[in-house]
Amino acid sequence: MNNEALILHEQTVHTKTNFGFWLYVMTDCILFASLFATYAALRGNTADGPSGQTLFDLPYVLAETLVLLTSSFTCGLAILATNRQHKTQAISWFAVTMVLGLSFLALEVNEFAHLAQIGAGWQRSGFLSAYFTLVGTHGLHIVVGLVWMTIMLYQLLQRGFTAGVRRRLSLLSIFWHFLDVIWIFIFSIVYLLGVLPS
Amino acid sequence: MSRVSHTSKPLEQHSSGTLSLYLSGFIMSVVLTLAAYLAVTTHVASTGVLIAIVAMLATVQFLVQLFYFLHIGSGRNARWKIIALLSALSVVFIVVGGSLWIMYNLNYHMTPSDIHKYLNEQGGGI
Repeated sequence: MNNEALILHEQTVHTKTNFGFWLYVMTDCILFASLFATYAALRGNTADGPSGQTLFDLPYVLAETLVLLTSSFTCGLAILATNRQHKTQAISWFAVTMVLGLSFLALEVNEFAHLAQIGAGWQRSGFLSAYFTLVGTHGLHIVVGLVWMTIMLYQLLQRGFTAGVRRRLSLLSIFWHFLDVIWIFIFSIVYLLGVLPS
Repeated sequence: MSRVSHTSKPLEQHSSGTLSLYLSGFIMSVVLTLAAYLAVTTHVASTGVLIAIVAMLATVQFLVQLFYFLHIGSGRNARWKIIALLSALSVVFIVVGGSLWIMYNLNYHMTPSDIHKYLNEQGGGI
């Protein structure tokens, strides 16, 4: 293949892979929809245990939210550096994104541990089972995103900006932005609406 | 082919943003997050109105991130991505709306005495 044909081929592969990954993200939306539906149906079923109004610490959750939102932004900056093929900048921004992602995860694990400690674990009530399943599934996605980012940083260091590495980095950024989109709804529906008096 | 031959970085213009796009998306998201947070923590309105405010702000932030971070509507496969998104959203609404509707009706038609009577008829009882 000559150079032009190669570029065209890479573009086609990129467009197809991008769409395929988008379809996966859409199925993930449906997974989260079913968990949101379960949570919404069970949020009042506290079995005389604590409700969201007494459990949720909004300033803490706001901090979690802003950390994740900032990581979504720095992930975008990493992609801009990738497009410019600026290796040091790309690696730095992905590293910042990872640190923020890890901080979010640490805050969430700490929150879960606190809830379990005060007797508000997932086995306490239907409300808490649904809460831990929904928020925990999001947290699990964050873990997957961080593992993926670690692998991509390694590939970026080893191979540089090959077409494959750039393609996977752009998919990773879609995944990471998507997790922030899901978090908007967890923050709004679970936490903000969870503390309102009914 | 002439369009392609001018591009030295083939993947660059494909559904990727610019600094100003990411920056404005980030600032808008922070403002929307803080607005929803402050509306709830300062109790600016009754519960019913607050639910509407939070839902509206979440929807706006969803659209902001969709355009500014996920660049929906750009790239060669933009149309199919929007179609996939719309069909996924319709499934989301049916799953969430349908579940809530069913559970609401279940609660509406089942008073505690109904449950008691039902369990007694089954030979159980509370």
